[in-house]
Amino acid sequence: MDAFKKIKTIVTPLDHVNVDTDQIVPKQFLKLVQKSGFGKYLFFNWRFKENGDKNQNFILNDKKYQNSKILVTGDNFGCGSSREHAVWALKDYGFSVIIAPSFADIFYSNCFKNGVLPIKLEEKIVEKLKHELGEIEVDLENQSLKTDHEQISFDIDFHKKKILLEGLDDISQTLQFEDKILEFEKKSKIPSVL
Amino acid sequence: MVSSNTNQIRIKMGKTLFEKIWDAHVVVNKENSPSLIYVDRHLVHEVTSPQAFDGLRMNHRSVRRPDLTIATMDHNVPTNDRSLPILDQTSAIQIQTLEKNCKDFGIQLFDINSPNQGIVHVIGPQLGITLPGSTIVCGDSHTSTHGAFGALAFGIGTSDVEHVLASQTIWLEKPRSFEIRVEGKRKNPHAVTAKDIILSIIKNIGTAGGTGTIIEYTGEGISDLSMEERMTICNMSIEGGARAGLVAPDEKTFDYLRNRKYTPKNYESLVTYWKENLKTDIDAKFSKSFTLNIDNIAPQVSWGTNPGMTCDVTESIPTPEDYSKGDQNQKKAAEKALEYMDLKSGTPITEIKIDRVFIGSCTNARLDDLIEASKVIKGQKVSQNVRAMVVPGSQMVKKQAEEMGIDKIFTDAKFEWREAGCSMCLGMNPDILSPGERCASTSNRNFEGRQGVGGRTHLVSPVMAAAAAVEGHFVDVRELDLK
Repeated sequence: MDAFKKIKTIVTPLDHVNVDTDQIVPKQFLKLVQKSGFGKYLFFNWRFKENGDKNQNFILNDKKYQNSKILVTGDNFGCGSSREHAVWALKDYGFSVIIAPSFADIFYSNCFKNGVLPIKLEEKIVEKLKHELGEIEVDLENQSLKTDHEQISFDIDFHKKKILLEGLDDISQTLQFEDKILEFEKKSKIPSVL
Repeated sequence: MVSSNTNQIRIKMGKTLFEKIWDAHVVVNKENSPSLIYVDRHLVHEVTSPQAFDGLRMNHRSVRRPDLTIATMDHNVPTNDRSLPILDQTSAIQIQTLEKNCKDFGIQLFDINSPNQGIVHVIGPQLGITLPGSTIVCGDSHTSTHGAFGALAFGIGTSDVEHVLASQTIWLEKPRSFEIRVEGKRKNPHAVTAKDIILSIIKNIGTAGGTGTIIEYTGEGISDLSMEERMTICNMSIEGGARAGLVAPDEKTFDYLRNRKYTPKNYESLVTYWKENLKTDIDAKFSKSFTLNIDNIAPQVSWGTNPGMTCDVTESIPTPEDYSKGDQNQKKAAEKALEYMDLKSGTPITEIKIDRVFIGSCTNARLDDLIEASKVIKGQKVSQNVRAMVVPGSQMVKKQAEEMGIDKIFTDAKFEWREAGCSMCLGMNPDILSPGERCASTSNRNFEGRQGVGGRTHLVSPVMAAAAAVEGHFVDVRELDLK
């Protein structure tokens, strides 16, 4: 995973609460067996009409936002299924930062495995950011967002921050604890399945 | 000083069931960081695993404990004649990929022709793979179902599937514990079901009410339930925002798992251990609590595009103002939902006409669900404007139902009787709604397009779905003589 760098772009405001993973990437696109190329399916049923034409009323189809890497949205973003395809689609489309008042648990955890930074902020600050027209700088190292006229700090778990900043591979980290895992297995009460 | 005081208090205080299972599975404990938790059972299916196996191959890693890993195919599989080839090429590739991965990495697979094939959350308990006090993960959010047996069971993303395959562990921040107490007794448990209890809970706590928590369901209203009913409750914990939900195991739990195909040889000694250890201490504290009294609850019907948008069958579609109680974002969401669902505020639920009925999914496709639904339709016919299907949760459920003649009751009533799979719960196989079609569904999610692009889903219990199939619209099943 690539290390997370500073980002500075305008924000894309997606003004919905409870955006579920079925909307982020509909099920008909979960049949691929690789991780790449999901960006074209992001918000598919909202971005495209039944006849395949672009839905011009949907925010992502506004050219103004085509280079935005920051999605600002409503409460409980990413609720529903555990599909990591949702994060793959957001990342592949170009979003590296998602700002919302709250996230669903599994989605939140999936973000960190893919170099996507989810930022939780108070609802009134999120509302303000949705209307921010200028570029916003996201600085994970210093846990701050800078607009043209103010600086907003955000909280993040130390461990998760480190994973993103260093682009760490979770599994190789874990395998350093091999002796502890073995020790645990020796005293485990739950027998194997077969 | 403050922190050491807190620690002293914590030592004296009792623990919740969740905390006990958590503590028993910590491999590495780090202060203020995620802990490394051991995984006792890893369930694998075709949709969320291919990229995980690819990751292992790229890094020359093996599966650490194939003996704790079980795979089946459920999301994608067609539910019609199994002797026919799979027409959808991408589905066929995904299914073949799982076959190859299981072969290459030495994992036991219940493939499309296996008598043990079925929805992963239906077969786990049926085969005795699910055990009390264990940790169970799967790349599927409805893994919460297994919590009905007093297991800590939750869904994970594909990166974590790879992590568990490689290390049999997962990094996790300790969630808070949330007690949902269900008090009282239903007047007619054949008409007001476990599905109605969990939909009532979600309607009250909201779809994010359980975020960051593990729910423990307690109270007489839960202990009265059968294991299958408890699975329905725990299954939809995720729809209330909680990654997992669990119920303390009791005699019903131990009886259910006795003498299953994979029940451990030392089962009785495990039961003795579980009886002593798997319960919340009297002096344990939950971070959060909610109580529901079920004496008078009605059958539930969802009207919107998330499971919290639900009301009693006796009610009418609410106005966005009434639903949102002053929250502007929720009001907008309700307006959008009504537009998508093509419903008007004030319409009585019982006047909503339906086109399709789906009895199936990991929420409601177990044997009792099918038996209860069959009682409603016995000797009746599906309304001529309705297409109805039953998709048993597993091939074992299907076989048991057929031995009892349940399939005949459904087919006589003009229901389609299918092979096992996830089917129209998420519509990854050919079982989908057409745009604009309205479905009474026993599944768990009514999101936009969930059952097919433009399809409209109403979540209900199996008996409510069956009655709607016969009448062509929703009816209050308490008015039927259900026994």
